[in-house]
Amino acid sequence: MSQASSPTVPVVASKNQKNRGGETLENPKFIPNHSGRRMREYAFRAVIVSATLAALFILIVLTVNVFKQGLPWLDQQFLTSFPSRFPERAGIKSAIWGSVWLGGFTLLFSVFFGVGAALYLEELAPKNRINRILEVNISTLAGVPSIIYGMLGLTLFVRIMAFERSVLAGGLTLSLLIMPVIIIATREALKCVPDDIRLGAAALGATKWQAVRDHVLPAAMPGVLTGIILAMARAVGEAAPLIMIGALSYVAFVPESAFDAFTALPIQIFNWTSRPKEEFHALAAAGIIVLLGFLLVCNSIAILLRLKWKDHRR
Amino acid sequence: MKIIKIAALLASGLSATVSFAAKDGCKTPDGKEIRGAVKMDGSSTVFPVAEAIAEEFQKVCPRVRVTVGLSGTGGGFKKFTSGEIDISNASRSIKPKEKAATEKNKIKYMKLPVAFDGISVIVSKKNTFLKEIAMEDLKRIWEPGSKIKYWNEVDPKLPKKEIKLYGPGADSGTFDFFTEEVMGVSRASRSDYVASEDDNVLVRGVKASDAALGYFGYAYYIENKSTLNSVKIKYKGKTTGPTFETIQDGSYPLARPLLVYLNVGSAKRPEVQAFVDFFLKNAGKLSKEVGYIPLPKETYEKALAEFEKTVKNMQTH
Repeated sequence: MSQASSPTVPVVASKNQKNRGGETLENPKFIPNHSGRRMREYAFRAVIVSATLAALFILIVLTVNVFKQGLPWLDQQFLTSFPSRFPERAGIKSAIWGSVWLGGFTLLFSVFFGVGAALYLEELAPKNRINRILEVNISTLAGVPSIIYGMLGLTLFVRIMAFERSVLAGGLTLSLLIMPVIIIATREALKCVPDDIRLGAAALGATKWQAVRDHVLPAAMPGVLTGIILAMARAVGEAAPLIMIGALSYVAFVPESAFDAFTALPIQIFNWTSRPKEEFHALAAAGIIVLLGFLLVCNSIAILLRLKWKDHRR
Repeated sequence: MKIIKIAALLASGLSATVSFAAKDGCKTPDGKEIRGAVKMDGSSTVFPVAEAIAEEFQKVCPRVRVTVGLSGTGGGFKKFTSGEIDISNASRSIKPKEKAATEKNKIKYMKLPVAFDGISVIVSKKNTFLKEIAMEDLKRIWEPGSKIKYWNEVDPKLPKKEIKLYGPGADSGTFDFFTEEVMGVSRASRSDYVASEDDNVLVRGVKASDAALGYFGYAYYIENKSTLNSVKIKYKGKTTGPTFETIQDGSYPLARPLLVYLNVGSAKRPEVQAFVDFFLKNAGKLSKEVGYIPLPKETYEKALAEFEKTVKNMQTH
């Protein structure tokens, strides 16, 4: 192989040299062109910095706009009242608690099944055709529009399993929605764990399960948590599948069990933006601030957990 | 105790509910407090009224959980005809196909009136040339396959400006009603217009252009009166614009009733009975509060009498 290919190498090289304008080793035509390269470097930098700034600018404009509209309405009363036809009496208590219940169920199911499936596929599953087909399908599922999951949830959880329009059905639907994302993120994290750890554990007589439980999974945990955070952020902000399964817009009670009806923050916001009265649009903005705060709290908790995990391992 | 309750209700501006609250106090005839759940779903147009009634009812019967969904008239009927909800909010009458579904699932229903709405044909305040439009011209603009592009094609006296059309999407009951009334055929409409299920998108679109034309519910027009003008409609020799009076007396050609459909089977439950009773006694006052036009008092009274008769019949059977 090397004998056959080695004579061709100089030929290719000389061809390339010819293309550069007859440059040979004896007659170097390399021109450093420092200023030109620097110019290009700056131009490139300017482009990527402006791309970042543009994204940031849009975000800032949106946030400032939302805060300007919503902040005057955001008070104790808003957080502790149920929806009302009077903007000054309306609040999002039922939506906040609905979102908390939903988030809890979603986290429970999607982490259990998502991380479980990823562990199986990455650590235990034989690399055969069926599993490869499974993998491709999971990546495809991650790109399926959320409303489709809503339709699935409506048929499967609401009708066939007869959970009706409960927080449980909502949580299960959202878990389905974000499971592919969690599976993919967890697998990527597991792939980054060096094989030495697995081999070392095996050499000491640990079973595969022991190696995964005590060594591989903890090592992959920061990556897994990042995946879960991103997935949960998507789930909490999602309205379309919930409306599809029949989440409600006017709910004047806090869910007390898994089978209670519910509303959620994005649904309440959606409802307020579509009202004729201008004040309700401001209420929607206040709702968005609450949703942002909710996400920020969730993310901070996850980041804290991740830091703790890293310290723990050192 | 009773006096305190009445005073509290009066204080919250609920004089109309007092007779009901004081009489029944949300108790069954044998003196038990009514508990349970009432499920409503359907039209986004009816939603503000339904929300207001649910909110006030919750004060009278705190143990009854009333929920209101927002799946649109069609979506509400889908759930209603499969028996998932007690009450369906509708901005149009039930369709033959939906009726067939109720028969198939053995659901008996009752149609109850809520309020009036008038679909308003709207231009921007900037528009100085269009004050009224004939029903036939409206049809020529909106009918399927319409080639009209400029205002002067509607009427040579109008300026040569491109018409920008805004209207609700095909899932909306407003769309069904408007096409039925203007084109004569339900759901027949040209499709090259800006369509949105969110009426505020339409409001913003029409507001911005002096040549735009749109249609949506009266409440959205009233809330945006400072930037929008309604166009009077010439129909059968009369020219009427949407106002409180013309919609209530039905002389405005695009006035429509908002309805709820009640599952008669659900009316066996005391919490549904109490809710519907409260509903019909307060719909007029509360619909006015949220920007709709109440029906004449007698209509509510008639509906209430009919409802009570139905309930009585059921109990004797």
